[in-house]
Amino acid sequence: MAKNEMVDIYILGKKYTVPSTLTIMDSMEYAGYQLTRGCGCRSGFCGACATIYRIKGEKELKVCLACQTKVEEGMYLTQLPFFPGDKKTYDMSQLKPTADTMMQLYPEIYSCIGCNSCTKGCPQELNVMQYIAYAQRGEFEKCAEESFDCVSCGICASRCPANITHYQVGLLARRLNGKYIAPETKHLKERVKEIQEGKYDSDLKELMKKNTDELKAIYNARDIEK
Amino acid sequence: MYTAKMRELIKKVEATRPRRFGIQHPRMTPQEREEVLNQCHPDYKEEGFRNIRLGVNKGLKVPLELANLIEAKSRLDNVAIDLDHISYDVDVLIIGGGGAGASAALEAYNKGANVLITTKLRFGDANTMMAEGGIQAADKPEDSPSKHYMDVMGGGHYTNVPNLVNALVGDAPKAIKWLNDMGVMFDKQEDGTMVTTHGGGTSRKRMHAAADYTGAEIMRVLRDEVINKGIEVVDFSPAVEIILDQEGKAAGAVLYNLETQEYLIARAKTVIITTGGAGRLHYQGFPTSNHYGATADGLVLGYRAGAELAFADTIQYHPTGVAFPPQIFGALVTEKVRSLGATPLNIDGEQFVFHLETRDVEASAVIRECLVRDKGIDTPTGGKGVWLDSPLIEMIHGEGTIEKRLPGMLRMYKKFGIDMRKEPILVYPTLHYQNGGLLINESGQTKVENLYVAGEASGGVHGRNRLMGNSLLDIIVFGRRAGSHAGEKSKDVELKKLSLEHVKVYHQSLKENGVETDRVAPMMLPHYTHGREDHVKKERSEKLHA
Repeated sequence: MAKNEMVDIYILGKKYTVPSTLTIMDSMEYAGYQLTRGCGCRSGFCGACATIYRIKGEKELKVCLACQTKVEEGMYLTQLPFFPGDKKTYDMSQLKPTADTMMQLYPEIYSCIGCNSCTKGCPQELNVMQYIAYAQRGEFEKCAEESFDCVSCGICASRCPANITHYQVGLLARRLNGKYIAPETKHLKERVKEIQEGKYDSDLKELMKKNTDELKAIYNARDIEK
Repeated sequence: MYTAKMRELIKKVEATRPRRFGIQHPRMTPQEREEVLNQCHPDYKEEGFRNIRLGVNKGLKVPLELANLIEAKSRLDNVAIDLDHISYDVDVLIIGGGGAGASAALEAYNKGANVLITTKLRFGDANTMMAEGGIQAADKPEDSPSKHYMDVMGGGHYTNVPNLVNALVGDAPKAIKWLNDMGVMFDKQEDGTMVTTHGGGTSRKRMHAAADYTGAEIMRVLRDEVINKGIEVVDFSPAVEIILDQEGKAAGAVLYNLETQEYLIARAKTVIITTGGAGRLHYQGFPTSNHYGATADGLVLGYRAGAELAFADTIQYHPTGVAFPPQIFGALVTEKVRSLGATPLNIDGEQFVFHLETRDVEASAVIRECLVRDKGIDTPTGGKGVWLDSPLIEMIHGEGTIEKRLPGMLRMYKKFGIDMRKEPILVYPTLHYQNGGLLINESGQTKVENLYVAGEASGGVHGRNRLMGNSLLDIIVFGRRAGSHAGEKSKDVELKKLSLEHVKVYHQSLKENGVETDRVAPMMLPHYTHGREDHVKKERSEKLHA
């Protein structure tokens, strides 16, 4: 079984021998670390464990999420637990979903030199440079869609020669899209109004008075939408 | 990548698929549900629990691992703390930086309060971030808050606190609108109609989603909004003890800076605990889908300060955690996979349970299939699992559905060489949610004055079992309610002298009740070694016998 197969890895330059089946994150714990920085959801959603590595004998720097990547023989690795990216503060209700908004808040996106380092660096395999291009043009719906799976790990920004904080740009575009561009939901607006008018209050009050047997009877006779 | 043996077994799944397609497996009768719960649900295993020996709920049955933390000493035992040396002085202190904490912060801020969020890891490092499937709200014409109420009560086996359920379902559409207006990108049709699906135990399709990043999308927007408002957030500084005033009202917390290892005093007029769940305690040895920080800290702090526990013996095991590959063992396979039509199958490729029973029933059925009926599939690491026939989704809704609606799941499996569009995935229940917690009322208040709780750390809303999509709803609804109430209340609170006397009393009570222990709580961080000790032992003995 591959279970007992061990590999040598280098955490911050220091050699550890660890089972080949472990993720990078688990291998650090196997090595004896108790993680504080660089560890979050352990499921690939939070972006806490951005990791940069190079395999011994190779030139290329690779990036990944430590919780979603297996160790490899000769892996030299370091984590990027925090990146000092720029986040502008804004009042969403005062913004307009136009390119001018981006121009004012994140003008550096127009300095993109098209090197594509951001895209190459994305552990989620997003087309980062493309979503920045959409942001430049004020095409926020496309920017939102393209950047949707971003976990804000910060690797893109760490590699950008134009000092763009891509993940903040994507976030702003998604919020503008969600608030202003996506179609309004009529049934939601109506239901909120009904609730405010107290339309359901008496029904709920009745249900709150029911004992377990009465509730059971209602529950077991529910009609269930196909 | 599946092993050769597993690939052989997948052929059986493929062979039965055309026959199964379009056929609905019957739901269980109430009696059958009762039976499988009794037989296989971990909550029904007495040896997993014991009665706590002290505190407000002395004698209450809780999981062993939680009992150990409750019957433990404070981290401040033998530490000199100067309560007059105040580092943070605010109106509302929020302990925990997940969705409930962020929602509470925004509402307290709206009331004009000066708010501080303190959190153990980073702001946003929380189970909220990992809630994939969706958020419930009865906002469609064919649905109503009353129908939602009945689903919640039935799902919770009629044990839920009615007032809390009323608040949950009544506020639900408002919660969705609040998020939508902040720019959360819910899945919608072209005319703006929400794309909604069923969850286990729902009578209407009221599960709203943002692909399978629903919680992440909500969390990142809430976090952005908190930062936009200029609300102060202190990372890597968990609370280790609630501070009371001389009258026994909550008045702040002792924080621990994980990096400088200093204790800091935060004084506040009202305190809200939003520390989330307990998955990392690994009750009964289960893997967990929870965040690294989910160690029940809030329950320990709150209980010591005098808040009551409710439903602390009910744990939700999500029916579908990852059983294979081992690198992501226990990670969540969102219920949305089943909502979209994937069905659980045994080793013969046969469905053995309706795919959308409530979570406790579904999980118990999977455990029964594996451990009682011995119809599970063996994993290379010695575990068991059942198939979840994900390719069915593409057959039902068309090719490309998984990529569009489940991009997170698709990516996770792809990274380990499994294409869930073409191959079924292997699942087994994983420790997912703490149904109970510190008892609250509809404003999030506990019995301790000026101490609030919201989200997973609270108890009562879900009774003995929570339905999918009601936890994201819970954190928004009760986060907002607690924040709003605590913000308003803080205006009338007069600051008194701070005290940690209750901690001394607690230590005394440990002695008086015969608890002799070196255990210290809250746990703060889990400790994992992934079998290193066994390896070291084995190496040593091999050397000795060489």
